[in-house]
Amino acid sequence: MSNEINAGSMADIAFLLLIFFLVTTTMDVDTGIIRQLPPIPPPDMPPPPDVNKRNVFVVLVNANDQLLVEDQLSDISVLRTQAKEFIKGYPDQPDNISFPAFENEEIPFFGTRPVSKQIISLQNDNGTSYNMYIQVQNELAAAYNELRDELAKEKFGKSYDELANSKTEADKAAAIKKIYPARISEAEPKETGQGQKSTTP
Amino acid sequence: MSKFRKEGKKAAPGISTASLPDIVFMLLFFFMVTTVMREVSLKVKISPPKATEITKLQRKSLVAYIYIGSPTKQFIRQLGSEPRIQLDDAFARVDQIPEWVAKVKSETAEVEIPLLTYSLKVDKNTKMGIVTQVKQELRKAEALKINYSTLKGSEFKRK
Repeated sequence: MSNEINAGSMADIAFLLLIFFLVTTTMDVDTGIIRQLPPIPPPDMPPPPDVNKRNVFVVLVNANDQLLVEDQLSDISVLRTQAKEFIKGYPDQPDNISFPAFENEEIPFFGTRPVSKQIISLQNDNGTSYNMYIQVQNELAAAYNELRDELAKEKFGKSYDELANSKTEADKAAAIKKIYPARISEAEPKETGQGQKSTTP
Repeated sequence: MSKFRKEGKKAAPGISTASLPDIVFMLLFFFMVTTVMREVSLKVKISPPKATEITKLQRKSLVAYIYIGSPTKQFIRQLGSEPRIQLDDAFARVDQIPEWVAKVKSETAEVEIPLLTYSLKVDKNTKMGIVTQVKQELRKAEALKINYSTLKGSEFKRK
């Protein structure tokens, strides 16, 4: 006959607590696309100088979630390729006006190098679905990321993320970022198409 | 006469379950430590869109959430199915955002205000109109670092 305390029910109690925490746990990590909004310009600020039209890659999204890229009907599945081609441009063809102009800049690790003056202008309608908007943002971000990655692999033999996350080589990532700076400008939305007027709740 | 007696059939000893509580407690502590209690109860339905170029939000204490989506079933009768904004625990109008931003900023240490991220949790079927209005209000309130909350994945097939 043993005189131990019966610990059999201890497990039951612990299980009960365990199930309570299992149910209440939310393990979601919030992920998303981080963007910086432009500050509202002060009223006395002069209007920004006009940008040369050839430097701007215009992406329009209408209320039916259709894409118009550089005045041509396009599709979300090819947007990334189009954006990449535009951002990269052709430094050896300065007269090709469908691609951005270049300017020689001094970049660490790369020396003097032509840097494209590209800007991506994104304009959406009030009736565009949020899903479509995120897809377009995502494709444009992907275009920049892929170009940076390609350049990082070619020059340093490492991916851009690897460079950016390492403590010693972050300056290399910064140099690549200087060559392909992400310039996505969002125009104030226009009320076009069958865009439903959004109601203020 | 044998020195050793043949022992009779003995009942097999039961498996000791004494260590079971220890194992369960271990699991229990794991879940207790990793648990984050839900801070708000959602009053709007949100199924976030998917994207691939995403980053994780690091400091959870420095993230403020704005929810936009159709009201849930219990509110749909009073409010209809038009997308609504939820700030903290209540529905809000667009013009209440600057006030809310000021409140969020006042609850944060001064040095950390520039690090505040405003995470927009928006249902993917929402129209951009309301989102643009919210963004304009955020700009006016100088809340410029925003995050479009998305899941990892792809919404369409790449050609």
